[in-house]
Amino acid sequence: MVDFLQALVSGTAVGSSYALMGMAMVIIYKTSEVPNFAQGEMALVSAFVAMMMLSQFQLPVWAAFAVAFTVAGLLGCFLEFALLRRAKQPNTLGMIVITIGIEMVLLGLVSWKFGAEQKTMPFPIDPYDSIVIGEVFMGKLELLTLATALFFMSALYLFFRFSRLGLAMKAVQQNPEAAKIVGIPPNGILMAAWAISAVVGASAGLMLSPVLMTPFMMWDPMLKGFAAAVMGGMTSLPGAVAAAYLLGIIENLFGTYVSIEFKSVVAFAVIVLVLCIKPSGLFARHHIKKV
Amino acid sequence: MEMKRRYYEDVQWLTSPVVAFWFLVLFAALALFPFFASNYYVYVANYIAINIIAAAGLNLLVGYTGQISLGHAGFFAIGAYGTVLLMTRAALPFPAALGLAALTAAGFGFLLGLPSLRLEGPYLSIATLGFGLTITQVIGRLEICGGREGLHAPDIVLGTWVIDTDREFYFLAVGLTIVLLLLMRNLIHTRTGRAFVAIRDADIAARTMGVNLIYYKTLAFAVSAFYAAVAGGLYAFVLKFIEPEIFSLMMSILFLAMVVVGGLGSMAGSVAGAVLICWLDLKLRNILNLPLVGQWLEELSRSWFSITGVSNIQYIVLGGIMIFIMLFEPLGLYGIWLRTKRYWRTWPF
Repeated sequence: MVDFLQALVSGTAVGSSYALMGMAMVIIYKTSEVPNFAQGEMALVSAFVAMMMLSQFQLPVWAAFAVAFTVAGLLGCFLEFALLRRAKQPNTLGMIVITIGIEMVLLGLVSWKFGAEQKTMPFPIDPYDSIVIGEVFMGKLELLTLATALFFMSALYLFFRFSRLGLAMKAVQQNPEAAKIVGIPPNGILMAAWAISAVVGASAGLMLSPVLMTPFMMWDPMLKGFAAAVMGGMTSLPGAVAAAYLLGIIENLFGTYVSIEFKSVVAFAVIVLVLCIKPSGLFARHHIKKV
Repeated sequence: MEMKRRYYEDVQWLTSPVVAFWFLVLFAALALFPFFASNYYVYVANYIAINIIAAAGLNLLVGYTGQISLGHAGFFAIGAYGTVLLMTRAALPFPAALGLAALTAAGFGFLLGLPSLRLEGPYLSIATLGFGLTITQVIGRLEICGGREGLHAPDIVLGTWVIDTDREFYFLAVGLTIVLLLLMRNLIHTRTGRAFVAIRDADIAARTMGVNLIYYKTLAFAVSAFYAAVAGGLYAFVLKFIEPEIFSLMMSILFLAMVVVGGLGSMAGSVAGAVLICWLDLKLRNILNLPLVGQWLEELSRSWFSITGVSNIQYIVLGGIMIFIMLFEPLGLYGIWLRTKRYWRTWPF
């Protein structure tokens, strides 16, 4: 029973970072139909910027995080404006290739800048500090990640429900031509979507960086977040979040009861199975293509 | 200009004596190459030949059939491990082991093709990506595959011919590459190849015209996996040693980069893309030894970046090329070649 509860709690904790990455990917896919493989590396850049601010320039934590989020937002805007918008053939394969290219460039830049030696993030919370409820452990950092995920979930919900920009984004997604007619500039909306998504993704990067700080640290969370987004239907924020927690919990239950060795790949097996049964994901209406 | 009058002209390989002459020159150059080149360049040629096979296989899937795969390193790994294991454990001769391993991979390709019947775009990309990662993980955990320690490849024995140097292996690798490329060329110009292209351009319309989607989509995956596995099987003997880390996601990405940079839906493109990407990959690993830029990069790294991370410039260059090609020339190197040809044909008008 304790094992089971522990797996649930750890699953929720790890699911939070998947949820953040998944939400970031959904925001971009919803508005521009780009499966953003560069999401992880965009978060990586902000994590390393935060580290540089903290250890090299000795900024206070809030200022370093503010700088990191600003950099993330600007990077998102820049990538959309300079690269994605210029694509000649905006089909899925082309977009996947461009974002993979961006991913490699950012990965190369970060690992060139910070070199091969091991880095540590001077984060105010020790990642191995945990609180005990009954017999279940939960890291303080994990708790913070969960809180961040909850914060972004509610913020995004309110944003897409009530703010002008959020509504405009929904409008562009549903019908770009009609949105243009009522005076919404689609390009500006796309740029805003990239900026918001980069900030959401950056929060995941910042939360993960105290545990492990390497240039490849975002691959696994990004792929799992992407898997969650796909499983949730790729266009649905609640779907992505639900799928992310589901994946996190399944992964940990599998690790506890079946085999710890294959824990990291079980998520992909799950999504292949889910996609075989529901090809558009769990929470999206099936889109019927016409010739 | 190019006007085709008979169906035969479409499938014809040597369209004119000039083309035949150049192919003859090419084959002669390839046959003489190992007698003049240094050991390192023979090794590079083997490496490139193997990547050409894998890129051609992936191009059949991505360029001709319009499906996305980010998991070809998985098939590559099946080919490599399958061949080595069948040779060491089951004592099969090399051709049988390679063929059997490639057929196994084709079986896996068929299985992976099944979900592709219902998936597309990001859904398919994450499913194939998951497949590739899973294969690597499973191989890394299996006792019989040597786990993390990896496996050593035995020497290849064909009849009385023992292949134990790169120079001897060159003839096997390049010969097999040429045969496989010719086979693929023929496949593309048959009914099957036309069905692939029809599926790429409009799958529903293709189905209405009587193309069996279930059969042809899974076939495309299977053939593509077969090629990747043959490449993988050969790769094991170039490296002489295989371990799970080699077959990473980055390898799948590099295969995709070769196809995209070379040109989607073009055989010559796969060859050009594989040559370019492999060459860059090998050269950029020791970027500081390059003439001219090396010195400058070293100073730049010392003052602004870090000297230990300088080899990561290869990711920047490769990623930059992928972005550049997609933004400016979606047909890749083949598109550039087509434009140049057209320009000179009508020059000076």
